[in-house]
Amino acid sequence: MSEFASGTLSAKNIHLSFGSNHVLRGIDLHVEKGTTASVIGPSGSGKSTLLRVMNRLIEPDQGDILLDGRSVLKDNPDELRRRIGMVFQQFNLFPHKTVAENISLALRKLRGMSKEEARDEALAQLDLVGLKHKADARPANLSGGQQQRVAIARALAMKPEVMFFDEATSALDPELVKGVLALMTDLAQGGMTMVVVTHEMGFSRNVSDIVTFMDAGVVVESGPPEQLFTDPKTERLQGFLSDVL
Amino acid sequence: MDILNQLADTFFDWEAMGQVIPKMFAIGLPNTLILAVTSGIIGTAIGMLLALMGISRNAAARWIARIYTDILRGLPPVLTILVIGFGFGPVIRELTGSTSPYPMAIAALSLMSGAYIGEIFRSGIQSVDKGQLEATRALGFSYGSSMRLVVVPQGIRRVLPALVNQFIALIKESSLVFMLGLLATEREIFQIGKDAAANSGNLSPYVAAAIFYLALTIPLTHFVNWIDARMRAGRPEKKEPDEAAAVVGKGAQA
Repeated sequence: MSEFASGTLSAKNIHLSFGSNHVLRGIDLHVEKGTTASVIGPSGSGKSTLLRVMNRLIEPDQGDILLDGRSVLKDNPDELRRRIGMVFQQFNLFPHKTVAENISLALRKLRGMSKEEARDEALAQLDLVGLKHKADARPANLSGGQQQRVAIARALAMKPEVMFFDEATSALDPELVKGVLALMTDLAQGGMTMVVVTHEMGFSRNVSDIVTFMDAGVVVESGPPEQLFTDPKTERLQGFLSDVL
Repeated sequence: MDILNQLADTFFDWEAMGQVIPKMFAIGLPNTLILAVTSGIIGTAIGMLLALMGISRNAAARWIARIYTDILRGLPPVLTILVIGFGFGPVIRELTGSTSPYPMAIAALSLMSGAYIGEIFRSGIQSVDKGQLEATRALGFSYGSSMRLVVVPQGIRRVLPALVNQFIALIKESSLVFMLGLLATEREIFQIGKDAAANSGNLSPYVAAAIFYLALTIPLTHFVNWIDARMRAGRPEKKEPDEAAAVVGKGAQA
């Protein structure tokens, strides 16, 4: 049974251009409730942009985004983003606030919790990522791995239905990657719906239910990890895998 | 040695200084501080408004802020003070019956410093990493709330040294308001020194005024250096190894 109130997320025929640069050219992605989809591909293939379109940090030019089967493009985008947690490559913690305040800010201002309630909830979330003892530290005094776990706790505190990870381990020193991946694995196994843009092929292969390979703004291949990693159909995926594995 | 004695008499006539120093403490120093602090506060408010207009998504607001800033930063302070003091003084006299140019002095200083402070705030806010706005918006905050709660506070913090520098400039520029002919009780450090020098024909009161200004500005300058160094280096910190990370969660065994 899922520990989370997860939802099903679909992107249908997403197009996006920046001027003459056609970044996304008709992307389809379907992430069933409680499953993990990883998105792999070379730099500049549009993976990170796709995440930002799916939570409407960037509005698509064309296409539809469905959460639990219902289009969310007409909703207030701020309210949509409260339902989708996002974790960034550079953590993006608020450096002028303590670790606990990083988490309680949105709980107080967006969920209307009192200061005490929000702090209690922040401490509970920190406990889940093993950093309760750092509640009153500043982000700058934490290691990269600890900062990223705080960022994950900050997103989880909003009780999201879907979690996005945008190369969450790419900025970490190698020895710190493991802890963050372990936490992400934990979430996946706990039944969180997740979209994980990653260069960690081990994670993609072992943890995700479906792998999507993107290149130059299109989905080149998509399917179960075993199929993509052992029997890539396209030359582009074969080339990519031989470069990264 | 005659020349040295003459210079010593001109600049370091202790008696002339002794006569003017009590007045500088009683009248000059409070007035200089009132002028600098009041116009510093009003200028900060104007500056914040200009900075928010300057980064606004509304082109008209950006233009107004740009034009205001270009003009007020481009004029010599003495010209601005004279134009505002003599130009608007009579209007105020009509409206309020007050003949004191003091409010006009504060207005002129505020408007000038507002232009500089606006640029300081704008550069600070724009220097905040765009990931901060993105992360705040990803949590579900609106653009306005994200700026107010996360981006602007960080922008202000990092320009604190520049703001204190601006306050130092205000202390010095407040001396220019003597041009407006202030009442005896409204005179600030410089004018008291100037009056005393004119009466005695000796320049020592200027030296006394200089000491007052330096007593204000040098500590502030070092305060700026101190916060600057501290912000650069950060508070002494200790990081601990990330070993605990590996054992969090069931995923560790996967």
